[in-house]
Amino acid sequence: MIERTPILNIVTHVILIFGLILILVPIWLAFVGATLTLQEVNSAPIELWPGDQLFVNLREAWAISDFGQKFINTLIVATGVVLGKITLACITAFALVFFNFRGRMLIFWMIFITLMLPLEVRIVPTYAVAANALTPFQTIMDWTGISWLINAVSGVEVSLEWNLLNSYTGLILPLVATATGTFLYRQFFLTIPDELVEAARMDGAGPLRFLWDVLIPLSKTNIAALATIMFVYAWNQYLWPLLVVTDRANYGMVVVQLSDLVPDQLTTGGGTPTWHLAMAATLVVMLPPILIVILMQRWFVRGLINTDK
Amino acid sequence: MRRAYFKFSWIAAALLAPQLLIIFVFFYWPSAQALYWAFTLEQPWGGGNTWVGLDNFRKVLSDPYYWGSVRVSVIYALATTVLAMSMALTLAIFVDRQLAGYKAYRVAIIWPYAVAAPAVGLAFQFVFNPGAGIFSYINTISPGWWDLSKYPWQAVTAIVIAGAWKQVAYSFVFFLAALQSIPRSLTEAAAMDGARPLRRMIDLQLPLLTPTFFFLLVINITDSFTDSFGIVDTLTGGGPFRATDLMVYKIYADGFRGFDYSGAAAQSIILMLLVMALTFVQFRYVEKRVHYT
Repeated sequence: MIERTPILNIVTHVILIFGLILILVPIWLAFVGATLTLQEVNSAPIELWPGDQLFVNLREAWAISDFGQKFINTLIVATGVVLGKITLACITAFALVFFNFRGRMLIFWMIFITLMLPLEVRIVPTYAVAANALTPFQTIMDWTGISWLINAVSGVEVSLEWNLLNSYTGLILPLVATATGTFLYRQFFLTIPDELVEAARMDGAGPLRFLWDVLIPLSKTNIAALATIMFVYAWNQYLWPLLVVTDRANYGMVVVQLSDLVPDQLTTGGGTPTWHLAMAATLVVMLPPILIVILMQRWFVRGLINTDK
Repeated sequence: MRRAYFKFSWIAAALLAPQLLIIFVFFYWPSAQALYWAFTLEQPWGGGNTWVGLDNFRKVLSDPYYWGSVRVSVIYALATTVLAMSMALTLAIFVDRQLAGYKAYRVAIIWPYAVAAPAVGLAFQFVFNPGAGIFSYINTISPGWWDLSKYPWQAVTAIVIAGAWKQVAYSFVFFLAALQSIPRSLTEAAAMDGARPLRRMIDLQLPLLTPTFFFLLVINITDSFTDSFGIVDTLTGGGPFRATDLMVYKIYADGFRGFDYSGAAAQSIILMLLVMALTFVQFRYVEKRVHYT
């Protein structure tokens, strides 16, 4: 279809460029802030063009925040969330789609409901569980009298404890405990033709072989899409790690570190606010997920549209 | 439904077990715990919780600070949603014309999605800072006029702008995908009838976007209730004078700084009901009513 719309084309570019400026200006200003010296960044008419202190500031921000260990931690947590989520989503959806059993819809709905309440909404009780992940079982055993029974029979006092505070498990598990991805996989598995299942069974493949040799190779695009979304999601977690990790030196994540760099009375003690370092750290922290989104754009968009958060 | 199945066996049970276990411990148990706390009060000298009925809710609902928090949350939700969605829609419609540079525009609009909320908050705190950022210009003209840490309306404006900035990319992706799924034959038929691009935008594309529009409306409002913590924490810290004390932030502050588990739990329950109601509206009405295909 060929249309000539020269005026509208110019208007289109003008609108888009205006939009881009609105989007880019804050980050540009943050970038400029990261390239200035302490005096420059606090002088009243702010610079709009970068100075030459970028690498000096990056190095100093890196050192005072001890980003080395924290990048490793964040990578471990993000990888853990990505792998955990993909594995769980895949096997759960597989069981729900390819097996016939009673209570299938019930289980489906039980998992589905978890999509409704994000972690932030139930943060206080989830934190209490993280302090001892076995509380649910302990309470149930106490209620049902099993603890009493065990105590009476063997003389052992039942007290289960598994503290997840300050651990990678504690950071990862609650982030994995939702249904994101399960539905992406379910939708995909529902499109697999019956003939494929029948052919696999006729060739003598059991369910696990079918999953491993047929479905997983077919779902590579799904995996890529889910991995991109989950990596960004895990990297950018803030509230949860802020609560679970008190031992920042060993288990801190990079994004949480930003809260220490907010230049207010607390951090500067009334001194000159160190905006140049705060901005340098901001750039460092946000770069990895941005790179992932830009490089994996196709998968990212597909994942975003299909996972429904 | 599927005809070819595997028979149920211990394999299926083993495949389902991990997910069920994990959502039991980290989802259902905490949610039940929140309910329990909301209706009980912990005794000051130990000795467990006593049943207090609706007292916690009564206390929360008669607290003017709580209503202040609800008010600013609603303002924040509506303002960020309107700002972000109108901007995303405008950009998506024009990007969809696929002129030269289309791909570059698309990437440039999508990437803010990847920026962590606290990073957005911190960057905007710099931008809006009265002493160092771009707004210091205003203060060189009329000193003391712009100060986030003094004037509530300025703090609210700042978190709204930061929140909207972060949300644009998400809505944009959905609008653009919806626009690109409009069949070419429709566009061509309209063009044959003499509809120019602007006419097609108004009479063809916008009506076809209605389902996406309502979907995004609900998602954006829900997100702004749950996803605002990072922005508030690094941008305003809930101040000045609790002007930006959004609901999630207040739950965090009451629960973890004030150690008022019962009050925080009651607030959590109210927020849970709100989010569930929105999700329910989403599935019950929006997905069913507004469809053209």
